Amino acid sequence: MSNFWSIFVIVLVVGNILGMVWLLFSTSKGSDVNEAETTGHEWDGIKELNNPLPRWWLWLFVLTIVYAVGYLYFYPGLGSYEGSLGWSQKGEFEQAIVENNARKAEFYAEFKEMDIPVLATSAKAMEAAERLFGNNCSTCHGSGGGGAKGFPNLTDDDWLYNNDPASLVATLTNGRAGVMPNLNLSPSDVTVMAYYVKHLAGDEVSEHVQLEGKKRFATCAACHGQDGTGNKALGAPNLTDNVWLHGSRIADIEKILREGKRGNMPSFKSILSQDEIRLLSAYVLTLSSSEEASAE
Amino acid sequence: MKHETIEKNSALMGVLIALVISVAGIAEIVPLMFQAQTTQPSPGVIPYPAVELAGRDVYVSEGCYNCHSQMIRPFVSESLRYGPPSLAGESVYDRPFQWGSKRTGPDLARVGGRYTDEWHLAHLINPRDLVPESNMPGFPWLQDKEVDGELITTKMRALRWLGDPYTDEQIASASSDVEGVTEMDALIAYLQFLGVANNGRAQQ
Ligand code: HEC
Ligand code: HEC
Ligand code: HEC
Repeated sequence: MSNFWSIFVIVLVVGNILGMVWLLFSTSKGSDVNEAETTGHEWDGIKELNNPLPRWWLWLFVLTIVYAVGYLYFYPGLGSYEGSLGWSQKGEFEQAIVENNARKAEFYAEFKEMDIPVLATSAKAMEAAERLFGNNCSTCHGSGGGGAKGFPNLTDDDWLYNNDPASLVATLTNGRAGVMPNLNLSPSDVTVMAYYVKHLAGDEVSEHVQLEGKKRFATCAACHGQDGTGNKALGAPNLTDNVWLHGSRIADIEKILREGKRGNMPSFKSILSQDEIRLLSAYVLTLSSSEEASAE
Repeated sequence: MKHETIEKNSALMGVLIALVISVAGIAEIVPLMFQAQTTQPSPGVIPYPAVELAGRDVYVSEGCYNCHSQMIRPFVSESLRYGPPSLAGESVYDRPFQWGSKRTGPDLARVGGRYTDEWHLAHLINPRDLVPESNMPGFPWLQDKEVDGELITTKMRALRWLGDPYTDEQIASASSDVEGVTEMDALIAYLQFLGVANNGRAQQ
């Protein structure tokens, strides 16, 4: 704050307090109730007296003034004067962050040596992980991990990417971007391939679709595999299992084939600490473990 | 002085009341209008580009601020959930600011980059497709209306007149920047722009 504004504030604040003191005492009058004058108003012989403020009330006002002076001495308030306690909102926040980080370090210390599958069995770790999941992941994957259209279900045993601990840590740390390209298929090919994909998942289709689809699936095999069971290194989904990330209707599949699709799991490298990512990876394992699934 | 003098003279009493209630405002607010801290942009904060500016107007006209604040208060719990506390210098290009006073939904001051565009699109069409527990309304009609390029150009000129440092090129290209952009696209671009300049997550 520049000198001018600092003085501006000080003059106003000090002037205001002095003004209050003056106003209070100049209007408080003598303390003798018996000497009270009347205001000159009179109704049927009842007179309105002009008594001074009751003393306890006057002293309450004095107290607020004393409080203000004390406050301005201890805390910032007078221009750029920082107050004798040196308190600031920023300082208080930073101190709270330091304390919280220390508490976090203490909390995570016991989990440092545990492997991720072991972490998954620790009730204490999973309780914390559940909260982290609620804060960071639930809006996309659902609060129970059940997913939504375009956002994978984490509770089933169908994985786009590998689900070993190291791969999970990599998924959370760096994010994932599965790219289904727009292959510029002709409209009739789009329809044929959509039905063929449904066929891979078990639907009955005409012989024509089976023949034509099989021929054209060569382009898809590079990512989805010769037999359509997917490729976990690329995040290309298994097309034979009747689990659909982007919807199971023919129209949904046609849309993907016509336009392509980019799945995008954001990177949490700069939002979560490594400790938190390990806890969450363990939590993801518990979501899909079959005991857990049948318990729910 | 006698209190009678004041009480029997309503004009004098009015003047004195006005004086008393404005002292705090004059001492606390007026100096802020002249502090670099509150009038200069924080590092990295730039005026809203054309599309984001259009999105901001959609945000205001749809009343998103009734449920969402854009001010992260300096508490640990808030910074863990939303990122570092908001700074005054981050709102210098907001006219009016969108700090808000009610949180039915989460704070959005640093929502930029937290979700993907696909997520925002699906969420704005029908929040319950993604968050079954949500009570946020859907805004599907935003997909049907395109942003008016001429209006945005005029707005940018007006903002420049108020002091926002838009360049001539920015204003000249505003109309083509928003060509074919729907209100939905603009709103998503605005959300992805929020708080990114200072989100400082890496330092946390
Ligand atoms: C912006 C939405 C979004 C958020 C937030 C998000 N994810 Fe994801 N996640 C996705 C998408 C989309 C995919 C699929 C990526 C793809 O298609 O390549 C995915 C994939 C994954 C996978 C791989 C699933 C598989 O089948 O192999 C895991 C595990 C995962 N997310 C866990 C998490 C965890 C844990 C969090 C919270 C720290 C989280 N995600 C937050 C959108 C999100
Ligand atoms: C470059 C690799 C690549 C090629 C080539 C490719 N895909 Fe894909 N495909 C993917 C990826 C990756 C995804 C997942 C997108 C995501 O993460 O959202 C996907 C998703 C899909 C889906 C959606 C699955 C679901 O669960 O909703 C279908 C259907 C599909 N592909 C069919 C095909 C067909 C048919 C072809 C050939 C005409 C093909 N793909 C070619 C990589 C590929
Ligand atoms: C009736 C109150 C209400 C209104 C109006 C509203 N929202 Fe929401 N919003 C919510 C609630 C509640 C949530 C949390 C649940 C969810 O994610 O849907 C939320 C979540 C969000 C999120 C995700 C934030 C996060 O960090 O998880 C975004 C982004 C968002 N809203 C944007 C908007 C926009 C843009 C508008 C105006 C077009 C808007 N909201 C209007 C209540 C509202």
